[in-house]
Amino acid sequence: MNIQEIKDDLIKAIPNLPLEVEGSSFVIPKEKFLSVARFFKESPKYSMDYVSCITAVDYPAKECLESVNHLYSMQKKQGPVVLKVRVPKENPRMPSLTALYRGAEFQEREAYDLFGIIYEGHSDLRRILLWDEFEGHPMRKDYVSEDQEL
Amino acid sequence: MSLPCAPTLKTELLEVSIGPQHPSTHGVFRMNAVLDGETVVKLKPVMGYLHRNHEQIAETLPYLANMPYTDRLDYICSMTNNFAYALAVEKLAGIDVPERAQYLRVMMAELTRLVNHSLLIGFLLNDLGAWFTPVFYAFREREKILDFFEAVSGSRMMCNYFRFGGVKADLPESALDQVRRIVRDYPRFLDEFERLLAGNEILKSRCQRVGILPKELAVNASITGPMLRASGVNYDIRKADRYSIYDRFDFRVPLGMTGDVYDRYYVRVLEMRESVKILEQVLKQMPEKGDILSAKGLQACRAPRMWKPPAGDAYGRIESPKGELGFYLVSDGSPKPYRYHVRPPSFINLTVLEDLCIGQKIADAVIILGSIDIVLGEVDR
Repeated sequence: MNIQEIKDDLIKAIPNLPLEVEGSSFVIPKEKFLSVARFFKESPKYSMDYVSCITAVDYPAKECLESVNHLYSMQKKQGPVVLKVRVPKENPRMPSLTALYRGAEFQEREAYDLFGIIYEGHSDLRRILLWDEFEGHPMRKDYVSEDQEL
Repeated sequence: MSLPCAPTLKTELLEVSIGPQHPSTHGVFRMNAVLDGETVVKLKPVMGYLHRNHEQIAETLPYLANMPYTDRLDYICSMTNNFAYALAVEKLAGIDVPERAQYLRVMMAELTRLVNHSLLIGFLLNDLGAWFTPVFYAFREREKILDFFEAVSGSRMMCNYFRFGGVKADLPESALDQVRRIVRDYPRFLDEFERLLAGNEILKSRCQRVGILPKELAVNASITGPMLRASGVNYDIRKADRYSIYDRFDFRVPLGMTGDVYDRYYVRVLEMRESVKILEQVLKQMPEKGDILSAKGLQACRAPRMWKPPAGDAYGRIESPKGELGFYLVSDGSPKPYRYHVRPPSFINLTVLEDLCIGQKIADAVIILGSIDIVLGEVDR
């Protein structure tokens, strides 16, 4: 699959989509995230029925957290389509993929736990690896751990 | 069903915490179950007891220094963990791998699959009450493969054998005979195992129609590996991505029919047979001599603290014995990864644990967990 071709299809399906291509991934605004994901899942050409990897990256210089989502198709054995969403660090809210994919459940909880991204629409957004009373999100670049000076 | 005395008998739901210190949770894992009599009505997995923020540690180290850390993710299959990480870095930096090293890699990956599946089946039967006899049969065979790993890499479990652009060392002199012996003897072991177990009445009645995972849910919940294929979805990354040199081998992808515990058990037995088939082909096709590290790879490995991949991101994934193991790396052009993420198969396969257990007996929850095949080093990271 050619990235230009995917881009053309995407723009045809969702007009007025502010879309940026970065390498082999798409950067989309969070408002359009679910509709773009739904397009890839439901269009017969792509049928991306499988979300493989959901994670986040912290960019302190840009003051944003980036959510990275890899979609594949098990049916057509193709992929990936990489969708990136950037959310501001002071208010890191974005829609949850759990509405479309059950597989997003644990991975989004992990990204919430370690990065603090709040996934709206997630039915059970709790910490998963750290304990509930833990404060802060340790995978952020500005996180200072208690024993840092040791 | 109502008994004559039912109105006066007070009943209530019982909350039971299975684990974290329980032999059938395969490590420090907890299942928070709510029971109605013996039937599970709710079950929440609780994890993180072994969490060490592997990803954060990795971001403070040079790329190559993370290789031994990946051994400790799924400590039964260190070779395939190395494989996935090496693949991701090679994708990031555009490193090629010489022919002989490719064959060595596939050989190690398939031997690891044999180790993992034999062990899993042994422990699954342990959970079923066949106390340690099958495990010892499995351990006997695993021992031979670990001996080979030790001869090649110097370590039995924490192999640290892969390098970017190849592998660490070539085979010692007699090691190939070791593999030939393993490949020759393994089908006999599988026959023996199967004769003992596959037709066993107790095994069948405990495992069949228990913990059924429907096809649609399996795909939607991102289940991968033997667990997905037991539900009848034909998806094997070795076939889908054809990474490394898997396109050169002739092997089939075994599929289950119902997606119950028995299918998950049996798909693994069949997968081992296919792995033996791949190993036979590897032994036939592997070039006798050749480089084991490419020139670009040598650069990356000779001065690991100085080596910098170009800026960008890459996602490398393989079909590990437990499912899709992926590494997502972001490089900012410095010698350390800016972002390092592991996509652990057994962590994500746990998503459906509750769905599989609801309505089953508490004793079956134990074998359902066993059939998912988790390793806590990987789940918790």
